[in-house]
Amino acid sequence: MITMNKEIQLAADRGGKSIWKFLLSELKPRGKWLTPFNLISIPIILVGLALILLRFAEGLGAVSNINQEIPWGLWKGFNVVTGVAFAGGAYVLTFIVYILKVDKYHSIVRVTVLNGFLAYMFYAGALVLDLGKPWNIFNPIIGNSFGASSVLFLVAWHFLLYIVAQLIEFSPAVAEWLGAKRAHKILSGLTLGAVIFGITLSTLHQSGLGALFLMASEKIHPLWYNEFIPLLFLVSSVFAGLSMVIFEGSISQRVFFRKISSKNREARNNMVQSLSKICAFGMFAYLFMHFLVFIHGQHWNLLNTPMGYWFLIEMIGFVAVPMGVFFYASRTSSLLLSRVAAIITIVGIIVNRLNVSIIAFRWDAAVRYVPSWMEIVVSITIILIQIWIFRWVISRMPVLDEPPKWANNSH
Amino acid sequence: MGLNRRGFFNVLAVTGASLAVGKKTVASPKSEKEIEFYGILYDSTRCVACRTCEYECAAAHGLPEPQPEVEAIRKTDETCNTVVNTFQTENGEVYTKRQCMHCNEPACAAACLTQAMHKSKTGPVTWNGDKCMGCRYCMVSCPFDMPKFEYQSTNPKIQKCDMCMERQQAGEVPICVANCPAEAVLFGKRRDLINEARRRIYENPDQYVDHIYGEHEAGGTGWLYLSSVPFEELGMNTHLRHSSYPELTKGFLYSVPSVFVLVPTLLLGIHQATVNNHLKVDDNDE
Repeated sequence: MITMNKEIQLAADRGGKSIWKFLLSELKPRGKWLTPFNLISIPIILVGLALILLRFAEGLGAVSNINQEIPWGLWKGFNVVTGVAFAGGAYVLTFIVYILKVDKYHSIVRVTVLNGFLAYMFYAGALVLDLGKPWNIFNPIIGNSFGASSVLFLVAWHFLLYIVAQLIEFSPAVAEWLGAKRAHKILSGLTLGAVIFGITLSTLHQSGLGALFLMASEKIHPLWYNEFIPLLFLVSSVFAGLSMVIFEGSISQRVFFRKISSKNREARNNMVQSLSKICAFGMFAYLFMHFLVFIHGQHWNLLNTPMGYWFLIEMIGFVAVPMGVFFYASRTSSLLLSRVAAIITIVGIIVNRLNVSIIAFRWDAAVRYVPSWMEIVVSITIILIQIWIFRWVISRMPVLDEPPKWANNSH
Repeated sequence: MGLNRRGFFNVLAVTGASLAVGKKTVASPKSEKEIEFYGILYDSTRCVACRTCEYECAAAHGLPEPQPEVEAIRKTDETCNTVVNTFQTENGEVYTKRQCMHCNEPACAAACLTQAMHKSKTGPVTWNGDKCMGCRYCMVSCPFDMPKFEYQSTNPKIQKCDMCMERQQAGEVPICVANCPAEAVLFGKRRDLINEARRRIYENPDQYVDHIYGEHEAGGTGWLYLSSVPFEELGMNTHLRHSSYPELTKGFLYSVPSVFVLVPTLLLGIHQATVNNHLKVDDNDE
């Protein structure tokens, strides 16, 4: 009897439909089809999917320019190593909201966690494409193949566990979407545990992605290689993630205008200002660490080389300059300047991660690695599919807008 | 009897020393000296560049037969595990055989998250296709760039010299050693090989440079090299670390357990502190 009552009640939440009919109706697209974004993204995704088929039919060499000396290309360097840095916003914001209890960021924590979760899912996808023998991907997780001395082993495990943690952090939104009140209560209760676990995992694998390159000590240009890569990766993931939050917020605010209440809209502008300040301080710490490492490494003579100029461009143009803009923006509470700084920072993080993993990696090799157009299309395809799913979730689940009234009581 | 100042310092010193010693024994449970690895000594002054080793190696490992006419300087790739290169030096033509070095503490094996790359107890570093997932992290980590990947294959292998592991298990020497007409390669226990190499340098000081490449490079390698010219003239990387590459990641790996204990504790602590704070504020509001 009780279960029947509950079913009726749940069905009422979903507009009187059964769960399967509800899911089916939610899968259908909403709104206009012929938007500029769709018109551009659909052809790219179709080509990308065809290239992915080609990659599995003919081997990695058929689509990718990676070679025997530079075995990690765009998919690892951009989609994995860079993508994870941008997903760092999730652990920083969950720390601020659930551990420090700063309530003003509460309205953006869900969207950030969703972003992080999707980034990790697609980072896994890019990894599978890049693996030569993807059917063995579960070897380090099951069976007798624990390569516990490997940094990559740790990164893989942390990554897997962190996906679960993020899923738990986000799951109340799914429960609200399905109208599952009981599940919502249980899942909300798990949030704090998932957050603490998730932050711990994040510190370890944000730095772990840097630690991957520790053994390549002679292969990476001395201006980029140092024993502090893990720490630098961790610190930069803080402002990389928050810059992404600012950037993504500015786009969401436009695209999903109606989803965000006017109260939240104002609060968001205030948040951007505070986040800018955090970014600026993070970048200052990062720059200072880089400075110490540089002094310690005694590489003054290398500055006056092409790679040295490139290093200076990265450090000054993409760290010092946006740091200054962030400071100025938080002082003058200029939304526009914060966004400009966020975009420069995002480009800077891409430059930094690609430098460590691709550009400064075997900078002295006879044959330089330049990604093929097919690799680039696949890289973009992965991001576009991610945006599609992000949009699908946003327009259905209570992510940007307020959760249903019944959900607030159980908090 | 009370503890006077001097006694206190003594106790401190003893404790400190035992801590330091204890740490040392924990950090290197298997020092290189306790394990007898087998290796191969390559003497470039004896090599005549007949490339017999290349042909025999390819045949023994099911790889395509090498081309009869080749460039002077090549690299190993997914179709050949060893190459003999020719360098023009002040001593005339000098030859160098290249292949996987079979490091004492290989970076590739430390990098491998599935233990597909494995340093066997007798010395060879081998690859297991059933475990490998094709991530190519071994290639990123290897200081000699030796693991090679079959990019054109849908079920790719990592190709590199396996020091004829199967032959060794059957009690035979590696195929290149068995077939070298000039006795340029010598198979044996690594320690014996180093002694033999030292003897050759000592007895013919004019013939050799006073350096055994591989004795200390990358923390010691299974293949050891003798040459009449400095090794950088033979295309060998002489800027490598003299300690093992896996050591570079040890600090990070050792920090993981502490992070797992300390960070959640810290977070819980902060959380508790802010919980109380939050309640008070709420009370004031109401």
